Amino acid sequence: MSKLLNFIKKFEPPKEKKFLHTLYDGFFTFAYAPDHVTKGGVHIRDGMDLKRTMVLVVQALALCYIFGMYNIGHQHYTALGMFDDNFFTGAGTKIIYGALQILPIFIVTHVVGLGIEFLYAAKKGHAIEEGFLVSGALIPLIMPPDLPLWMLAVAVAFAVVIGKEAFGGTGMNVLNIALLARVFVFFAYPGDISGDICWVAYDYNWLHQIFGMQNASMAALGLEALPEGMKFADYVMENTPDAWTGATPLALAAKGGWEAVQANYTNFEMFWGAIPGSIGETCKPFILVGALLLIALGIASWRVMLSMIIGAVVTALLMNWLGDFHLFMSVPWQYHFYMGSFFFAMAFMATDPVTAASTPTGKIIYGFLIGMIGMIIRVLNPAYPEGWMLAILFMNVFAPLIDHYVLQANISKRLKRVKSAQ
Amino acid sequence: MDLFNIFIKAAFIENMVLAYFLGMCSYLAVSKTVKTAVGLGAAVIFVLAITMPINWVVYTYLLEPSTSMLSGLIGTEMDLTFLRLILFIAVIAAMVQLVEMIIEKVSPALYTSLGIFLPLITVNCAILGGSLFMVSREYAFGESVAFGIGSGVGFFLAIVAIAAIREKLRYSNVPPALRGLGIAFILTGLMGIAFMSLMGIDPAALTAGK
Repeated sequence: MSKLLNFIKKFEPPKEKKFLHTLYDGFFTFAYAPDHVTKGGVHIRDGMDLKRTMVLVVQALALCYIFGMYNIGHQHYTALGMFDDNFFTGAGTKIIYGALQILPIFIVTHVVGLGIEFLYAAKKGHAIEEGFLVSGALIPLIMPPDLPLWMLAVAVAFAVVIGKEAFGGTGMNVLNIALLARVFVFFAYPGDISGDICWVAYDYNWLHQIFGMQNASMAALGLEALPEGMKFADYVMENTPDAWTGATPLALAAKGGWEAVQANYTNFEMFWGAIPGSIGETCKPFILVGALLLIALGIASWRVMLSMIIGAVVTALLMNWLGDFHLFMSVPWQYHFYMGSFFFAMAFMATDPVTAASTPTGKIIYGFLIGMIGMIIRVLNPAYPEGWMLAILFMNVFAPLIDHYVLQANISKRLKRVKSAQ
Repeated sequence: MDLFNIFIKAAFIENMVLAYFLGMCSYLAVSKTVKTAVGLGAAVIFVLAITMPINWVVYTYLLEPSTSMLSGLIGTEMDLTFLRLILFIAVIAAMVQLVEMIIEKVSPALYTSLGIFLPLITVNCAILGGSLFMVSREYAFGESVAFGIGSGVGFFLAIVAIAAIREKLRYSNVPPALRGLGIAFILTGLMGIAFMSLMGIDPAALTAGK
């Protein structure tokens, strides 16, 4: 190994060549633990280099990636009606389709995001900041599988430039970068990230074509060639077999309550994640494994997670108690956790140490309010299908305020103690 | 329940600052520390809560031709609604004087830190805008009180939140060109996105079915 290290070190460009040196440094410290720790500017200041922390989060996301890939393929071929309903039939084809679908998304996110980071680092003359590692791993997971790549590029550029670099780089952002990218798409191009059809990938990109997957599917559907001027996705839309809808459980619940969900999906399917949705949000057990890993390593805060669950449960119970005049409100509280992205938001979004409240008491308040507001948006706001993204952004805005008052309360408590001791 | 809906709507969903971008001048200028922001926010709540009903009375009984007392005196209907801008401003100015005297008496420290921005509440567009919204939406007396308090609370929340963020931002390495107002504008835009989370909720439609 040391031979390899020496070999790599030979390539280190001189410091005068700013851009090359930052580039080299960025990749070198990614592969090898550097001999220095992160100084200033970020939230964690102990013996661990920030990049190590980030890499652990990325590793916690690995299971979600694998399942996400598989599920893209599964949803695609279920929509086509090519395999039977069994989750594991045609596993190889499914995972190859999913991997090839997710690969361009992953690459575009990183080329755009890291490219901007590199440019800023070279321009400002400091080493590359690691912040994009986690954001870059999270962004593909929270996007619908069929999102046009240029939208993704614009959203990532917006999030990194306006959300992070304008505020001074890693560790300084006020709003969560990954969520900012998603919320940008959400408000700028709502047709591509909400509704019923965007949650299943129908089309084939050129990578699929290399593997001949389009031809295979066409043969299975009994098609010689596509009708003139028609894309494959359009053809599938018009000839959907078995009245397949690609509606997410949440969309169904908003229209017809819990019965409508039950008519389309079983609890087992929803819990294990064989449902349409954003790429990484569907498989609850794997997300929970990642969450437990983060808690065990001391990276994510269990306070935020626990209080968020409590907040959501309390609000859902309140709604059950309040009324049956609104179908969505009568969904039993425990079933809310089967649908949508609650666990993903809880494990990886709300716990972001930069944008969450940083005092222990503050974290509890912060998580609880996210749970409440997210549930309110999900159930009561007909404009948005899911609440957690917006609830977390909303509370990101108020996190510094919560911290401020927690600190003030502590100061006045201690002053009182000093005074009473005198 | 109706009053509560108006309150929630004014405070969160149609927030004066983050949805209508009214009252930006004092919002940006006095949001450097949480303490002064709380002071100004409270002053705005107070002024809005007082001026809104007074302006309602002024508008309904002096200006609006069908209900005006003047019309009753003269015997013909007199349309004085074109005077509403001047009268509203006069009422607001008088109320701000009152608030100024109270704050100077109660908390001289807050009075000095608010400085020129306290008299400037007079020309704070959020307050005049509130009164004009009240007219155009044809609120009744009770509704105008709820709307006044609600918009005041909305302004308070927005200014206190941005003040806390700006206190935190003081330790950030913001690019030199953006320091100060530049980053505050970007921040306001981002906060606007976050507040959009509550847009689209229609409290009236939700409770209508009950």
